[in-house]
Amino acid sequence: MAVISFDRVGVTYADAERPTLDDISFELPEGDLCLVIGATGTGKSTLLGAINGLVPHFTGGTLTGRVLVDGRDTAQNRPRDLADVVGYVGQDPLRGFVTDTVEDEIAYGMEQLGIAPTAMRKRVEETLDLMGIADLRRRPLTELSGGQQQRVAIAAVLAAQPRILVLDEPTSALDPTAAQDVLAAIGTLVHDVGLTVVLAEHRLERVMQAADSVLWLRGDGSALHGPPGAVLAQSTITPPLAALAREVGWAEVPLSVRLARRRAQAQGLRPAAVSPATVPTEPVALSARGVEVRYGDLVAVNGVDLELAEGTVTSLLGRNGAGKSSLLWALQGALSCSGAIEVRGQDPRRLGAAEARRLVTLVPQTAVDLLYLPSVGAECAQADAESDAEPGTAAALLAELGVDLPPERDPRDLSEGQRLALVLAIQLAARPPVLLLDEPTRGLDYRAKAELRRIVTDLAARGEAVLISTHDVEFAAATSTRTVLMADGEVIADGTTTEVLTSSPAYAPQMAKVFAPVEVLTPDDVARGLS
Amino acid sequence: MHPWAWWCWAIGIGIAVSGTTNPLLLALIATAMVVVVMLRRSEAPWARSVRAYLILALFVIGMRLFFRILLGGSTGETVLFTLPQIPLPEWAAGITLGGPVTAEAITGTLYEAFRLAVMLLCVGAANALANPRQALRSVPAALYEASVAVVIALSVAPQLIESIARVRRARRLRGDSTATLRALGTIAMPVLADAIDRSLALAAGMEARGFGRTRGLPTAGTLPVMLISSAAATLGVFLLLGSPFWQTGAWLLVLGMIGGGLGLRAAGARLRVTTYRPLPWRFTETLIAASGVLAAVLVLGVGWLDPDTMSPALVVLLDPLALSPSTDPLQWPTLTLPMLLVVALVLAPLPLTRPRRAATVESTRNDTRVRLLRAQAEPEPTWR
Repeated sequence: MAVISFDRVGVTYADAERPTLDDISFELPEGDLCLVIGATGTGKSTLLGAINGLVPHFTGGTLTGRVLVDGRDTAQNRPRDLADVVGYVGQDPLRGFVTDTVEDEIAYGMEQLGIAPTAMRKRVEETLDLMGIADLRRRPLTELSGGQQQRVAIAAVLAAQPRILVLDEPTSALDPTAAQDVLAAIGTLVHDVGLTVVLAEHRLERVMQAADSVLWLRGDGSALHGPPGAVLAQSTITPPLAALAREVGWAEVPLSVRLARRRAQAQGLRPAAVSPATVPTEPVALSARGVEVRYGDLVAVNGVDLELAEGTVTSLLGRNGAGKSSLLWALQGALSCSGAIEVRGQDPRRLGAAEARRLVTLVPQTAVDLLYLPSVGAECAQADAESDAEPGTAAALLAELGVDLPPERDPRDLSEGQRLALVLAIQLAARPPVLLLDEPTRGLDYRAKAELRRIVTDLAARGEAVLISTHDVEFAAATSTRTVLMADGEVIADGTTTEVLTSSPAYAPQMAKVFAPVEVLTPDDVARGLS
Repeated sequence: MHPWAWWCWAIGIGIAVSGTTNPLLLALIATAMVVVVMLRRSEAPWARSVRAYLILALFVIGMRLFFRILLGGSTGETVLFTLPQIPLPEWAAGITLGGPVTAEAITGTLYEAFRLAVMLLCVGAANALANPRQALRSVPAALYEASVAVVIALSVAPQLIESIARVRRARRLRGDSTATLRALGTIAMPVLADAIDRSLALAAGMEARGFGRTRGLPTAGTLPVMLISSAAATLGVFLLLGSPFWQTGAWLLVLGMIGGGLGLRAAGARLRVTTYRPLPWRFTETLIAASGVLAAVLVLGVGWLDPDTMSPALVVLLDPLALSPSTDPLQWPTLTLPMLLVVALVLAPLPLTRPRRAATVESTRNDTRVRLLRAQAEPEPTWR
């Protein structure tokens, strides 16, 4: 019995040239975990919204065909009427929170459904235990970490006891450990509670092994629904295991490291280890000694020594809250800290903001905060003025980065990848020798990440020292030559990426796990090692 | 403790205070009020508001006194000092600046100002003792939507502040550290865009979780009942306070309040939202609310008595005139038995409630504080 069925569904938004979803038909049986994949802008969120009626009731647009959820037609039922059947968690859980403490948030949905207070009390306790957040019950929501917020958001919709759970990118903003927590919780819901889960995700590495089926949105409005191995083999979305399958010619993508490892061993695949790269340490572009950042009595960065050499790409890994962002902001000089920082013989903290960005430039986590003008052209011109650069410098940089944006486009309408490229061009207009990137891969699909990798590699080849703070181990493995690992405000490992990543169980990329103990990091390494 | 019990207690005492100008009684009530607040408030941010109310109360007293002295026109015989009188033009007739300042006028003003200050303190005490969120949660169902709006505003405000801090910091990365009005505009743009995004996400979240689903059609006739009742109550208050027809006024007020209550009930019946962990209204709550009401009844009742028609023994015991001691001629205020009772009623919550446990806040080492990137020693820019 299908609990969700799409029958020739199409969605067209007002003033869109073509439908976002076109003639999509599939059925999901009860208790399945379906993974929705696709590049940015292919309509993943639209598809998820169509399940609980947010599309078109809330977002507008025209829906053709029929969506049946637990036998109810979403055309006749508003999202609020489906709240007892479908639990929906949006991309940023913090923004969807209505109340301000964990317990109240979990009760909110039930209050709206008019559930009796005694039953509500019992369900809140059960839900707290099910998601393992009982110790957080009285905490304010804004004080929780990202992984905790995500689990509270899931708990909040679960309390209404829906049959279907819809999750839009639940792990994209989380560090590997927190993401694992959330995915484990989702696994429990599918296996023990028997919930039907529909989940959209950009980073498939960890999720795909739990999927019963995959729905791939091709980008032209059509979709392919089928068993994960087969769909992934066809799709243009290439998580490392899919790339590996393509390299070695497997018809079906192994869904987990374990499967891949067994298959590789059965076939006797044994790539040669990558030649140990030596990371240049000279000439030094940035040198920091004993950097310490405090927020009140909290020491966020505790005496970090770091030297970045020209022409190198370094990744900075660590848990949420390990002090990565604070370190980047401190190195830029925008955050007061103790210790010594030197770039080209000058301390960015002692200079004004305009001079500091000529030494070190930072692209923050929410890159869009830097943009405030109505068009790409205006932003570029403003960047030239801010950097005292020749008019056209930023626009030329944007072209150099290989991103072609019409000057009259509104920056707010760009995709995440294009917006990041624009911010990069603006920040690089000052020609700084050091570039710091804070979580640049957030919200980027595999193609955009490959593009960013190319840009960063090009910049390093021009002599730029690049430091990237990221949760994306696969991106770090493919992009950087040196890796710094932070925990609790301190640097706990610093070495070549191969060395640091292959020796850490939490941060090892999938290829390293498949071919351990051979030290390979990416499917490219494997291909090179096999030939 | 139910927040409305605290409010009822505080408002009752406020009404009692409005019926007296006796500085001894006022001082005792104020002290008792502050003692209750200090011993029974929680660690929450709003619990610290009583300090602000104290400052406001002192400010009120200071202002009244200042204008009394400045504007002159004092009556009474005991001249304390004389300010030079400034002659005013013809059109300002009736107003004098400066002139003799008498002890009688000063005392009268002080009594009046003190009464107002203690009434303010009552509101402050209720603010400090009652949890505003819980108070909003237990409004009548008919006012549910309004309370939701207030609760959301309370949650969104800190997010907006965070958003402003983040954007301002990001602006520095573009080399723009000036704090001009133009810069303010450039910050407003991303912050507003962010606020709109947030609101949409919140609205989507509320919709997806069933907000507005348990609504029926409003009961017919609710609107006229509410309109007529509130008009009657307003007229009643007017007649009660400002005219000799206070009996008619009281009846209208009572009828209006009953009608309003019924109307709210009818309007709330269409809403079937339930409340998680509703605060119980126990006997203790009734006692605390009653102590406030009783204090009001006591003071107003004694003040209403006419000493001329009472037996001399009762007059000595109750002494209605002591509630508003004469200031012309000056007279030393006295305390009577009913006043001590009122003070006891103000202190009544102390034996009825237990002190709140200090809230233990677990250490929060996570990315939230780092995400805010609140630098310690960063100078605040000044807008010019």
